[in-house]
Amino acid sequence: MVTFAIFFPLVGALIIATLPRDQERQAKYIAAVTAAIVLAAVAYLFVAYDRDQSGYQFVTSENWIDSGVSAFNLNYAVGIDGLSLPLLALNAFLTLVAVLISFKVELRPKEYFAWLLVLETALMGVFSSLDFVLFFLFWEVELIPMYFLISIWGSGNRVYSAWKYVLYTFFGSAFMIIGILTLGFTAGTFDIRELGQIGEIHGAIIPAWCIFALISIAFLIKLPVVPFHTWLPDAHTDAPTAVSVILAGVLLKMGGYGILRLSFNIMPDVAKDIDVYLAILAAVSIIYGAVMTLLQSDLKRLIAYSSVSHMGYVLLGASSIGVIGLTGAATQLVTHGLITGMLFVLVGMVYDRAHTRDIGELKGLATRMPFITAMMMIAGLASLGLPALAGFAAEVTVFLGTFDQHEIPTLVGVVGVAFAAGYILWTIQRVFWGPPDPKWAELTDATEWWERGPLIAMTAAVLAIGVYPAWVMDLLRDGVTPIATRLG
Amino acid sequence: MTDVLRFGPELALFIAAAVVITVDALIPIAGKSAYDARRPIAVFLALAGVGASFAMSAILIAADEKGTVASGMIEVDDFSLFFSFLFAGVAGMIVLGSVDYLARNRFHAEYLGLVLASAAAMMTMAAATDLIMIFVALETQAIAFYVLVGFLKDGRSSEAALKYLLLGATSTALTLYGMAYLFGLSGQTSLDGIAQYVSNAGDENRSALVLAAVFLTAGLGFKMAVVPFQMWVPDVYEGAPTPITAYLSVASKAAGFAVVMRIFLVALGHGLITSDWANLFAAIAAISMTVGNVLALNQKNIKRMLGYSSIAQAGTFLIGLAAVAAKDPQLELGTSSVVFFLGAYAFTNLGAFMAIIAISAKIKSEQIEDFAGIYRRSPFLALGLAACLISLTGIPPTAGFVAKLLVFNAAVEANLVWLALIGVLNSVISAYYYLRVVLVMFTRDPSEATTFQPSPYLGFAMMISVVGLLAIGVYPNPLVDAADHAARIFG
Repeated sequence: MVTFAIFFPLVGALIIATLPRDQERQAKYIAAVTAAIVLAAVAYLFVAYDRDQSGYQFVTSENWIDSGVSAFNLNYAVGIDGLSLPLLALNAFLTLVAVLISFKVELRPKEYFAWLLVLETALMGVFSSLDFVLFFLFWEVELIPMYFLISIWGSGNRVYSAWKYVLYTFFGSAFMIIGILTLGFTAGTFDIRELGQIGEIHGAIIPAWCIFALISIAFLIKLPVVPFHTWLPDAHTDAPTAVSVILAGVLLKMGGYGILRLSFNIMPDVAKDIDVYLAILAAVSIIYGAVMTLLQSDLKRLIAYSSVSHMGYVLLGASSIGVIGLTGAATQLVTHGLITGMLFVLVGMVYDRAHTRDIGELKGLATRMPFITAMMMIAGLASLGLPALAGFAAEVTVFLGTFDQHEIPTLVGVVGVAFAAGYILWTIQRVFWGPPDPKWAELTDATEWWERGPLIAMTAAVLAIGVYPAWVMDLLRDGVTPIATRLG
Repeated sequence: MTDVLRFGPELALFIAAAVVITVDALIPIAGKSAYDARRPIAVFLALAGVGASFAMSAILIAADEKGTVASGMIEVDDFSLFFSFLFAGVAGMIVLGSVDYLARNRFHAEYLGLVLASAAAMMTMAAATDLIMIFVALETQAIAFYVLVGFLKDGRSSEAALKYLLLGATSTALTLYGMAYLFGLSGQTSLDGIAQYVSNAGDENRSALVLAAVFLTAGLGFKMAVVPFQMWVPDVYEGAPTPITAYLSVASKAAGFAVVMRIFLVALGHGLITSDWANLFAAIAAISMTVGNVLALNQKNIKRMLGYSSIAQAGTFLIGLAAVAAKDPQLELGTSSVVFFLGAYAFTNLGAFMAIIAISAKIKSEQIEDFAGIYRRSPFLALGLAACLISLTGIPPTAGFVAKLLVFNAAVEANLVWLALIGVLNSVISAYYYLRVVLVMFTRDPSEATTFQPSPYLGFAMMISVVGLLAIGVYPNPLVDAADHAARIFG
């Protein structure tokens, strides 16, 4: 079933690719159906997953590369646990959202939807690989769709942004593959399950902290952490709306997932030595991101910088190296994906109608767009961490888990929440409230089902996690518990 | 008789080469259309020769018919059979890729004859286990290429041919000099004999052996096209007929590597100077990758760009060879990764050149800028070329990714982490110039709106390449297995 969830989007993409040119308009329906079927498959996994049992479930393991002379054996091994399942669900859900809100894409729709589905396959693979090299393969496959999606369908300085994205990621993965090979050579296996058991690295040809650094740089770039974040504002701003949703909603999560599943899980000793530095990096990211957010005048750039700040909480939670903090970090991955995804959808809708994202120009939109405004309020309040909405549960857990370990970075993180309240509320006030501007009298609200549907579904998810976080958090806690045990 | 059978793959191509030229000369068609009538016959005969060579190799494998030929000067083993398949396959692809070129430039059958003869010579290079035979094969191959490079007979092509001839002659002299040293020291021309001498040699012979290794590296470095023996590459790649450029970049390079592996792993593999040449290879690898990639960044002509890229790729292959000796001469991982890489690279680079032949024939330009919007005009060619360039970058799911993975793995296991790091960082640099071409093809607007298709020959050749590189990328086991077997003979 996991294999089906990984490769079915690819099947959909191939079907779309073979559509004759005059049937191009059918691509979006095929994409939507494919994404819906994948979401159903992941929902099935969600229900069928046995929560009382620890370890990986739905495991498939097949021999992939088997080199006789070299004992260089790689497996196609996939499976899920409490940590990966919610991220798979997030990916399936946001891909469907991304397809739906792209229904009006007129420019080369065939390729557009095909690449979106290829991207989904790559991301599914990243979150469910149990072989480190397979993980790396999917990690790299994701580059090509993103490169095309940003550089062809993007706006503004899109070619530059696509390059920056690709080269940053590729740079990170260059180090990662060396780390993976060194690790595999030392441990004699590339299987993440077995690597997770070895605990301490002995007799490596380079010091263990070097391996840790080689592997983690790619994750820190992806997360992103200041000072590796400069690709993010450009890529998010210039990507088409749906791709920004996936980028912020799922791709950044690859970084957080990698840190937890690979860096921490495989090399707990190193993680324990450097947790303070990670906490400081996290605090710097939170505050730097928040301050930069306040300074932005472009709506999309603003949300992009807020992501830098919010992903800082993931690293902060991780740096606690305790089960509560890790659970918080993992939950933040999911909730930030939903909330920021929603914010990008809304900003995209505003931009499509007003053709500007400049906060100074937009004002009083509430009267013209009541639905969008209401959704924006919900997403904004969730983003700033209002109780009963999803962001609150994650951030509070992060602070609770981290305070004992790193008091000052945690306090700095709490200040970041105050900033978030500031930039979110101030932005909403400037853009949506105030006297209506006659310039925007022609604007219309979101009316189509493929606009409203995804937003309502996202709101429902944000509320569901906010009101009763346990249904996701319990899973995530089960997922991170073995990692925390190894760290503790 | 078994001798003849074992030499079958080479013989089939040599005979086909002779038949193609003779039949072409004897066909009694005269008049204006004579050339057009004779061409398909020549192409058919050439492809039949390739097919026969394939069949002979397959028979040798099926019958498990291995051993020596020509009193031990040639060895038929898994290594030579791997290269028999590789060179026959490449020659077949080059024939397919040349059909349009033949018609356009009114090339005659001797062009095809030379392609086949050089393929046979390169097979012999991979199978030769005696310095004399290696040298004969090397020269046969080189002479065929000198002619082929100049076949266009225009200014650039002639200049390229002259350059290739002069530098090639120098490199031959260097190779010969290195061989003379080995012979002078050991009194033997067979690689096994030299190996025996080297493993017993004392320290007083060290410097002479190092000198021999350096001369051989310099001479064969020309064939492998690694820095600092790469000066000929950009001009010759640009000036030669494009199918010949493809042939040079894939087959000639692979043959160079095959000879290097035979000489260094067998004759110099055990004993005194193994770590010396390992260090030499590691240094050349690092410099080749970096110089090749940095110079490729600003190229405007796509053939020149692929020329520099091939220098960088050769540097990557050398990582594998450096890894063999750095760790332990018994370690087959490095050899196996190089052999795998050569196979993967053949699919990838041939596919790229087939696409370039088809595209530049249509747009009458080899400038990267002029490839703008090719995707709109010919999605098939643009997607195929993109797949090849992605494979050259080393992004999955392609053959190039697995190949780089195996080479870097060999380096890491041989404690050459620094070299592997230089390798991966070079991949990042190379991403810029490879993907730039993809970007130009897919995102820019074409200057003309008319669509076009490649000729069936080119289209077929490109299909084989692209399907091959994707198949190897997704399920590399068969090629890994073949490469492992080929590498085992050095164990």
